[in-house]
Amino acid sequence: MPQRYRILLPVVSLAVLLALTFWMQPRAMSYFGLNLLFNLAVPIALATVAQMMIIMVNDIDLSLGAFVSLVACVTATWLNDAPLAGLLILAALVLSYAALGAVIHVLDLPAIVVTLGMSFVWGGLALFILPTPGGAAPGWLRSLMTVKPPLIPMAVLAAILIAAITHLMIVRSGLGTVLRGLGGNARSVARAGWNVTALKALAYGLAGLFGVLAGMALVGLTTSADANIALRYTLLSIAGVILGGGEFIGGKVSPVGAVIGALTLTLAASFLSFLRLSPDWQIGAQGAILILVLTARLLFSRRGAAA
Amino acid sequence: MSGLAKPWLWAWLAAALAFGATLALTSGRGAGELAYAAMSFGAFAAIVGLGQMLVITLGPGNVDLSIPATMTLAGTLALKVMGGEPGTAWIGLAVALAAGLGVGAANFALIWLLRLPPIIATLAASLVYQSLAIWSNRGLRIKPPPGLADFATGRVLGVPNVAWVALALAAATWLMLERSVWGRWLLASGQNLRAARLAGVPVQAVRAATYLAVAVFAGLAGYLLASFSGGAALNMGTEYLLMSIAVVVIGGSSIAGGNSNVPGVLGAALFMFLVVSMLNSYGAGAGLRNVLTGAIIIAIVIAASARRSRQ
Repeated sequence: MPQRYRILLPVVSLAVLLALTFWMQPRAMSYFGLNLLFNLAVPIALATVAQMMIIMVNDIDLSLGAFVSLVACVTATWLNDAPLAGLLILAALVLSYAALGAVIHVLDLPAIVVTLGMSFVWGGLALFILPTPGGAAPGWLRSLMTVKPPLIPMAVLAAILIAAITHLMIVRSGLGTVLRGLGGNARSVARAGWNVTALKALAYGLAGLFGVLAGMALVGLTTSADANIALRYTLLSIAGVILGGGEFIGGKVSPVGAVIGALTLTLAASFLSFLRLSPDWQIGAQGAILILVLTARLLFSRRGAAA
Repeated sequence: MSGLAKPWLWAWLAAALAFGATLALTSGRGAGELAYAAMSFGAFAAIVGLGQMLVITLGPGNVDLSIPATMTLAGTLALKVMGGEPGTAWIGLAVALAAGLGVGAANFALIWLLRLPPIIATLAASLVYQSLAIWSNRGLRIKPPPGLADFATGRVLGVPNVAWVALALAAATWLMLERSVWGRWLLASGQNLRAARLAGVPVQAVRAATYLAVAVFAGLAGYLLASFSGGAALNMGTEYLLMSIAVVVIGGSSIAGGNSNVPGVLGAALFMFLVVSMLNSYGAGAGLRNVLTGAIIIAIVIAASARRSRQ
């Protein structure tokens, strides 16, 4: 499938799902309705972009959900009570992600296992900081997440911003191209004179940065945190990247697609509740939608290969 | 390879260390109880770990993320069919294994027919299995039949029955891997899929059998766990997702595939329980315990990679 058509399927699936939702529930077709539909998509989109940074360099992050939960706990406690210390902790978390990337590369460790171990570490730290659910969102964060810009709802605006910024960063910039090249062929990037360890640290650092943003955005919406608040983000973010046309190997990722994938997953949940589906089947239907979209992608790529 | 170069030895050594460190605190009291508990709880991790090991052996990208959902589904379906009536244990077992077979077939159909990456296929499908389990369970908590509950919590020769089951399964898996053609095919496919196919190995049949096996193992684990803990719960499989991958890696199997290690999985399953009880007995809170567990997993992976690069 040519690179430029890769984005087509995520866009079409989101459009179809959106059309179905509007058809089921016409009242959703409004400023307020859209905001409600996509509100929770903002942290998921940020987490999906974070996962994309890792998948871009051929690794996978099983600790992202625990990491976002930890950030949420820090945001609801330290960042609120002692902003400077809170910022320092968050910066340290980003740096530790970058260090993780460097260590994984230098020691040639399997990322899936290291991040699996890190998920225990992040989860433990989160419990340490916030043993029982609680905390409070900093006021500025709360107002940032609930701001009501004219014409376009905050959630949609945020999604567009995230997509545009990461597109510039990963697809248009020179460094972003090298990073994607790392996933395509690390050895040739190294032969071209790049420091692969530094690049890998950069990719992981970016993932950490977006993970931190995801946790902050989540607390801005929920106003409090607990140590398990975002555990499902690990799987959601992987699904979002793949839904958005990304692939596990070869540095083939699309930031715009990833954001759209996250929106599609969020919308799928709302759509199913509009269907008045028995709650028993809501999770399963989400899985079915995921399979359906990926099947459509298979048909697309077969046709692409035949043409 | 000989002596300390045997990768499975490290998992057993680590388990022994954790065992010793816990007993050092009580100056040797409660050794029998600790060993018994480790064998009981380690058995479930070992059973799903063996399944996950087979899948991971298939090579990069192969992993089954539907193990927790499969355990829950098999456990709830089996208990529902048995309905707590005595003498239904074998029917329940058949239902649990059939649920495993169904899940395995569905997973492989997604992977093979739709060409989905196994991570995504098993992840998406596990959501469906989870729903099936919720729907069939309806929040009921059915007790296992008395005879079955006695079996699951009982012991023979001082060793828990569930540990005997895990041991028998491990022996069968080892025989299959090391002494049967199928096992050789599996290892060959994991080392180089293309070369294996060109050499005439029926790679798709091998993959199908592997994905069926892991799901059946998970179904069995779910059946035993539900009987052991007096009923199925919808979250009963949750911790076994990370656990199943962790015991494979700590056990010395290669995460890149093509190399599996049955004794290591058993040692690692004991270790994962013992390390938690060690941290508990030293008074570590839940947070610290998790941090240390994670740190230990990473330390073992680093140690394994250092060993690998020396060779």
